[in-house]
Amino acid sequence: MTYLMLTFCLFANPIDIDAAAAERGLAIAQTADERDQGFGDFSADLEMILTNRKGKQSVRQLRNRSLEQAEDGDKLLILFDNPADVKGTAFLAFTHRVGQDDQWLFLPALKRVKRISSSNKSGPFMGSEFAYEDLTSQEIEKYRYQYLGEEQIDGQSAFKIERYPTDANSGYTRQTVWYDQTHYRLLKIEFYDRKDSLLKTLTYHAYQQYLDKFWRADRMLMINHQTGKKTELVWRNYQFQTGLGERDFDQNSLKRAR
Amino acid sequence: MNKRHQTQAFALLVACTLFFAGSLWAGEWQGQAALENTGFARSGGADQDTQTASFMVEPEYYHAWDNHQQSLTFKAFYRYDSRDSERTHWDIRELTWLHASRNWEWRLGVRKVFWGVTESFHLVDIINQTDLVENLDGEAKLGQPMINLAWINDWGTLDFFLLTGFRERTFPGSEGRLRTGIAVDPDRAAYESGAEEQHLDGALRYQHSLGAWDLGVAHFHGTSREPLFKPAVTTEHGVMLQPYYPQIDQTSLDLQGTFGGWLLKLEGAYRTGFGDTDYAAMVAGFEYTFFDVRGSGLDIGVLAEYLYDERAENATQPFADDWFLGSRWAWNDTAGSELLFGVVFDPDNGGRFWNIEANRRLSDQLKVSLEMRNFSHTRTEELLHDFARDDHFRVNLAYYF
Repeated sequence: MTYLMLTFCLFANPIDIDAAAAERGLAIAQTADERDQGFGDFSADLEMILTNRKGKQSVRQLRNRSLEQAEDGDKLLILFDNPADVKGTAFLAFTHRVGQDDQWLFLPALKRVKRISSSNKSGPFMGSEFAYEDLTSQEIEKYRYQYLGEEQIDGQSAFKIERYPTDANSGYTRQTVWYDQTHYRLLKIEFYDRKDSLLKTLTYHAYQQYLDKFWRADRMLMINHQTGKKTELVWRNYQFQTGLGERDFDQNSLKRAR
Repeated sequence: MNKRHQTQAFALLVACTLFFAGSLWAGEWQGQAALENTGFARSGGADQDTQTASFMVEPEYYHAWDNHQQSLTFKAFYRYDSRDSERTHWDIRELTWLHASRNWEWRLGVRKVFWGVTESFHLVDIINQTDLVENLDGEAKLGQPMINLAWINDWGTLDFFLLTGFRERTFPGSEGRLRTGIAVDPDRAAYESGAEEQHLDGALRYQHSLGAWDLGVAHFHGTSREPLFKPAVTTEHGVMLQPYYPQIDQTSLDLQGTFGGWLLKLEGAYRTGFGDTDYAAMVAGFEYTFFDVRGSGLDIGVLAEYLYDERAENATQPFADDWFLGSRWAWNDTAGSELLFGVVFDPDNGGRFWNIEANRRLSDQLKVSLEMRNFSHTRTEELLHDFARDDHFRVNLAYYF
């Protein structure tokens, strides 16, 4: 009997651990997601500082507007201010928890609103080290999860979990993600490419709290280990619940957004 | 001073009044200035030069108030061309007051509107007159005076256009290249309507996005933007072509389906009142993009479109039963490097129009663009044959401010 129990446990245990780890990983992602719910809308200015291997820098300036959706992914409007030749270009996205996102681009020289494919997940955004999938809304349904343990990140106690993209177009096999245990804020993400080699590390810095609830990092640093390039995001002028509505996120507003 | 210049002078006066009224310092200025050089493989059919240099400037002013619910936009344009006096021209591209509200948006003034989804030919795009001296591709447009109301609903957007004042198409002059064998005399423009360029034109458009589909249905009634031509004898230049602008009705459809990397595109139009026969025309095709090829960041798009015109060899544009095959490359690097190349060809009579466009950023302010066009296998009876000696290479250096 003891022998039988032992055998049973030997077979059962690894499966139990995996299922439990997946459940715990998902639970942490869900808690992090829940703690950021209810923001309604926000706008922020974004500066991207691109640095190549030789240390040469170039700067992109964008403005971001986001509208929370109760039952679906967020709506997003991005206005491009710099480089000067793309000034006036605007990007509208309806992200979805399941299925392809809807994306439109407004080209100011032609005054043309163009529906574009949202299949581009792994490609670089504006020549930066951020891929499109790194910047679009991080819906829970877009990954499978596994809890790995606890670790210290810069003196903060963190949960360490692994997540696996469900989208076949993703450029990653997996991402290792660290959340701080107090506020469930993202501290660090390691990205593994399709060959499962470490590709990039993203770290979050200078978190600020808005409306006594929502945490946003002022700075995010992405380092590409394979090319030696890096991109720093500097967020400014965060404003929450500014009164943005559905009409600020449609094709008519895309044509006139400045 | 003809009527065209009177309209422009009036628009300029309005612009000046608005600026000196005090809003000048509240808004923001931006724009571009560009140098351009075009080299032709051969001298023209009328012995025009093989080289032309040009300069353009396009300043834009924008001022918003009322929490961005209202705005004023002004965009002027000037080009100097070293060879072609008709290509040396200026225009008010935009002078618009916008008022947006919850369910509607009013736009009053001069502006540009684009309709359509296809790449090789813009069949349904009809609101603005083509500024043809700018580029053969027809994408440069003259500012169109209008009153526009967009009515925005859950079931789609209805746009009403009252087009107050017609703009004549620009044509290369006798010394210019990329023109018809017999040059067009724009000062002899004739109209079907007794109101001439004062005729009030109107248009209605319904636009909606449903899931993967983007749909537009429109109707235009008024002065045709595309002219017909009649030969006319002039004292100065001998025989020239006289543009004739009839009254037309055009009903159109544009549709795009977006499925993963696939864009499926259709434009269709039915036009009456233009020449002897009413006719249907269509452009249909697809674009498929391979994103981030081998993890390099490079996107490669493949485009194919079929161009159809019911009038066949009597069509007033060169692509009546033609195919377009092309490819779009985007490197997604810091310089934003892009390449687009393609060919429009007629499988029956062999006329081919090759096009290569490339551009990249040199700095935050500077951008260089290259354009190469080639006309081959054309036959004398084809419209495209007029350009048979006009193979050219164009370099454009733009400074953005």
